[in-house]
Amino acid sequence: MSNNSLSFWEDSGSSRSGIMAWLTTTDHKRIGLMYMYIILAMFIAGLCLGLAIRLELIAPGRTIMDAQTYNTVFTLHGVIMIFIVVIPSIPAAIGNLVLPIQLGAEDVAFPRLNLFSWYLYVGGTLLALVSLFTGGGAPDTGWTFYVPFSEFTTTNVSVAVIAVFILGFSSILTGLNFITTIHRLRAPGMTWTKIPLFTWSLYATGWIQVLATPVLGITVLLIFAERVLGVGLFDPNKGGDPILYQHLFWIYSHPAVYIMILPAMGVVSDIIPVFARKPIFGYKAIAFSSLMIAFAGSLVWAHHMFTSGMSDTAVLIFSLLTFVVAIPSAIKVFNWTATLYKGSISVEPPLLYALGFIFLFSVGGLTGLILGSAGTDVHVHDTYFVVSHFHYVIFGGTGFGMFAAAHFWLPKYYGRMYNKKIAKIAFYILFVGFNLLYFPLFIIGLEGMPRRYYDYLPQYQEGHVISTVGSWILAVGIIIMLVNLWRGFTKGEKVGRNPWGAATLEWATPTPPPLLNFDEEPDASRKPYDFRGITPDE
Amino acid sequence: MSNTHKDYAGAKLGMWLFLFTEVLLFGGMFVLYAAYLHEYRADFHVGGKQLDVFIGTLNTVVLLFSSFAIAAAITFIQQGKKKLAVNFTYLTIACAGIFVINKTIEWRAKFHHGIWPDSPHLREMSHGENIFFGLYFLMTGLHAVHVVIGAILLSVMVWFMKKDVINQQDFVKLENAGLYWHIVDLIWIFLFPLFYLVL
Repeated sequence: MSNNSLSFWEDSGSSRSGIMAWLTTTDHKRIGLMYMYIILAMFIAGLCLGLAIRLELIAPGRTIMDAQTYNTVFTLHGVIMIFIVVIPSIPAAIGNLVLPIQLGAEDVAFPRLNLFSWYLYVGGTLLALVSLFTGGGAPDTGWTFYVPFSEFTTTNVSVAVIAVFILGFSSILTGLNFITTIHRLRAPGMTWTKIPLFTWSLYATGWIQVLATPVLGITVLLIFAERVLGVGLFDPNKGGDPILYQHLFWIYSHPAVYIMILPAMGVVSDIIPVFARKPIFGYKAIAFSSLMIAFAGSLVWAHHMFTSGMSDTAVLIFSLLTFVVAIPSAIKVFNWTATLYKGSISVEPPLLYALGFIFLFSVGGLTGLILGSAGTDVHVHDTYFVVSHFHYVIFGGTGFGMFAAAHFWLPKYYGRMYNKKIAKIAFYILFVGFNLLYFPLFIIGLEGMPRRYYDYLPQYQEGHVISTVGSWILAVGIIIMLVNLWRGFTKGEKVGRNPWGAATLEWATPTPPPLLNFDEEPDASRKPYDFRGITPDE
Repeated sequence: MSNTHKDYAGAKLGMWLFLFTEVLLFGGMFVLYAAYLHEYRADFHVGGKQLDVFIGTLNTVVLLFSSFAIAAAITFIQQGKKKLAVNFTYLTIACAGIFVINKTIEWRAKFHHGIWPDSPHLREMSHGENIFFGLYFLMTGLHAVHVVIGAILLSVMVWFMKKDVINQQDFVKLENAGLYWHIVDLIWIFLFPLFYLVL
């Protein structure tokens, strides 16, 4: 039935052909690519919304849109980027492409469930788009859907929260599938300490997806119930407590930050040793720190609420726990640096993006500590300092992690290489644009510029202008990067099995991999970062 | 297909992970219950006394029996007694039906007394009672939705048994459906005392 000399592009494993062969596929590689295309489309949409926000803020007062439109634009930017782009980005797209092959498996544990997750994701995304054009207009609550406003606004929040519920369900099923795959489908010889660190990070991520996402599910269902039935659970006029909503929301949404960042850390852990030609420093520490982050990260949610009303004891405990999360994160950063130390470094595009990740994530992480300590948080809470902090972590971290993963793994799946020189140029433009865009926001945030405001005092204009110019440079960098990848994967030079000289199993298969991933039984007993005897093609 | 793959332990692991998500879905509501019980203890007492303990107890017995029935069905399929397995699954579905009917009777009585979410009567009552009945309707309502989903799932299992997709050699689907049914039962075992007994 399946022919190992054909790649997964040619052999769909079913009798259907064309688009139907893709829409009914249970092949993890095809599903991963289908996730990637939608994520990419929505990323571009979210990017345009972000650019519109920046353009509006280039001068005080009205520039290109009115205040209500501005509210909906930043809400959409948040909802699209968080729920539709960043959360599924690395786990669902790259994870599906890479995880089963790294384990030496033919597919994930539940291939049909995997396809079902994709359909849920598409359904949730479409419903989110429907919410923009129906009812009383696009939601204007911010992506956090804070009550009581989200209960009473006339915009179409009801449909949007159902979309979030469905997207959450998709995320849960992906996590469940990956955990089961890692437990059950490791090739003979692949012990727990031989699992590549990217897959380890997806294991920790899977647990957060399974354990935290249901809380988001019930929270958004409750908003829906409040809007439809008017129960009053979060409405002070009826005895409800809005603070409880914030707790429930952040019990999911803080761990969700680790759903976003952990897989990116896994990407970096896999890329660094390949281009330093050295085994990773502290394999077990990195693997264990992923689990530590997943665990400790689930206990820090209330640091989003220091100014919402909480006892001093609670503030102290949540502040302390927040500092504890910095420890496993720092373990990773130090181990990556130690891996590079005295390595035989070749600066290829994936490494550049990974190094970009380390720098930007470190800035985001350290400013996170300023927010995590209660005293300073009161000063910068709800200012642009917060906006800048989480963009450094999520865009500088997960975004650059995703770009690194794309430059590292995608040539394997498309069978062609992009232009490395242009990829490097794109990186430098991106990196400069990114810092120009977000660093000034730290400064005007410290000076008191509040987030989400439509208008501002003239004293903040300088920072806003630099930031907006940075957003244009960043956009140019992204366009160059995407066009270069696109041209490479359609017209680039063909690559062999192992263009980077990596030691994990996905590089031992033909390029692109066949339907069932391997043409011969892989040697899974080899350590994932043992580069002896492995050289890059050419 | 050359790549068909059956993994009994994997299927069970996946189901258990899914059950965790159910526990956490209801967990969010139990957190709200705990917080509001702490805030409105006296009002919760007043509200709890208005619930129908008889129907609540009856439904508890029905669900406990249904859990036995589905466990028996799984044992029968493992022993190859398919007809008995099908009948006991039908029995479980019937229990689900009785549960939903009882719930409807109970809710209709509440509606009759002017108590439904955001009803004029409820708005005149104290904040605590409003919250109590809000939680009562949402939590038992969400649970009833799960009962209905469970009944549909078990009906599909009956169909699978008749099509011989589920048989003595391959019964993990029925086992997993049974696990789902047990969690539906188990959640009720927590809802029942919290609303009907302890207040």
